Amino acid sequence: MNKVEIAVAPEKLGATARNDNWWVEPALVATGFTIFIVYATWRGLFEPQYFEWGPYLSPFYSPRILLDWWHWSPAILVLWVPAGFRATCYYYRKAYYRAYFLDPPACAVGHLGGDKYCGETTFPFVLQNLHRYFFYLAVAVLAFLWYDAIRAFDFHGQFGVGVGSLIFLANVVFLSFYTFGCHAYRHLVGGKLDCFSCSARTKTRFKIWSVVTKLNEHHMLWAWVSLFSVGFADLYVRLLAGHVITDIRLF
Amino acid sequence: MPEAIMKVFRGISREAGEFKTYKVPVEEGMVVLDAIHYIQGFLDPELSVRWNCKAAKCGSCSAEVNGYPSLMCKTRMDRFPEGQEITVEPLKTFPLVKDLVTDVSWNYEVNKKIPPFTPKPDADWTFMQEDIERVQEFRKCIECFLCQDVCHVLRDHDRKDVFAGPRFFVRMAGLEMHPLDALNRAEFLKDHAGLGFCNITKCCTEVCPEEIHITDNAIIPLKERVVDEFYDPVLMFFKKIFGKS
Repeated sequence: MNKVEIAVAPEKLGATARNDNWWVEPALVATGFTIFIVYATWRGLFEPQYFEWGPYLSPFYSPRILLDWWHWSPAILVLWVPAGFRATCYYYRKAYYRAYFLDPPACAVGHLGGDKYCGETTFPFVLQNLHRYFFYLAVAVLAFLWYDAIRAFDFHGQFGVGVGSLIFLANVVFLSFYTFGCHAYRHLVGGKLDCFSCSARTKTRFKIWSVVTKLNEHHMLWAWVSLFSVGFADLYVRLLAGHVITDIRLF
Repeated sequence: MPEAIMKVFRGISREAGEFKTYKVPVEEGMVVLDAIHYIQGFLDPELSVRWNCKAAKCGSCSAEVNGYPSLMCKTRMDRFPEGQEITVEPLKTFPLVKDLVTDVSWNYEVNKKIPPFTPKPDADWTFMQEDIERVQEFRKCIECFLCQDVCHVLRDHDRKDVFAGPRFFVRMAGLEMHPLDALNRAEFLKDHAGLGFCNITKCCTEVCPEEIHITDNAIIPLKERVVDEFYDPVLMFFKKIFGKS
């Protein structure tokens, strides 16, 4: 592209003629992310003793990986997968580029940063292109979480339903909506095709792509709901294991 | 009749220009472009503004209303509280010509560089609705260039030297996803259109008056196609062995 006359000098952070509350959204996003990151780090690194109660296994510790030579929290062996999946997610990228990097904090609002903007063309942000690999790994973790959710209805070999069972089931459903509404999956399952009607195989892929597209339209919603639900499921196990609350058996 | 206080940018350069304030009577159903026309007709005939259809279909009357990139003909006056000043200024990303008129010709130069629609030699020109539906969304673009104006890669970082901008990713998505197009533009997208400079902040989608899902339906699918070609080692391996991904 040709270099053209600069239209306007770069503005300083926050400079805008907008008179609405444009700062509310990035402020809420930064607050929400920070609370979750601090909580997940504290739970994952410093409280490995409160990861299980009865049939409930904290999603931060699932799948449960026990290695003789590993002397730190087993959550570390698991959490990098969902963390990587969410960090490279196209929705979260928008959210944290705005809320943390302030580049830009909101539309038509002055940004933070100098003249060396490279976007996602250089290290480390070029690694965002590996999102599909984190998707593959996240699906594997999700399979374990489904196993845990089913196991949450098994009370000493008897079928039962506790409040925790419902929390675990809701959590894994929300996580599935988030995972299978992923933009990379949408591409892999059918988006990369130019012709949907060309064969029986592409017609099937079109049907799957259409369902994924429906989920993808609400990707931000599922990203937040599943982030909240996974944190809440872990907190519930933490409170049970610490004898702060008791699980109510519905039947 | 209630009056609106309009603060309109006047001048032939951003440094020497200034905002002038006008009082405009407001009628029911009025849009910002009506107020600008009132100023032109009754208060200040030298005010320059580009417009054409007044129906949100020509994309000519793009401006920044209260700092937000908008079509003036689609911005109703009754959305602003009575007594609130309404600022109207030219698009910030493009060089100023005069008052509310900017020079958007850079966009046309970018457009010329895009490899055009290239049908397969044996193309069957009948195709199914589901094959063309994605492309039809992109054809709604009216080239108002609001997305180009708001995109921080162009607006704040001024990377017009390496970045084509969201409007042209929409056009290229329409070509890439067309069932009859035979060309692969992944390399052009990566190396010449600067797709990697986009960091998905979605402002282009927010301001689009045609409500095209620019980021989700055009830019991200294009990014994934570039990943197929340049960043997915497994696909690249299979492509090398079998000749296609």
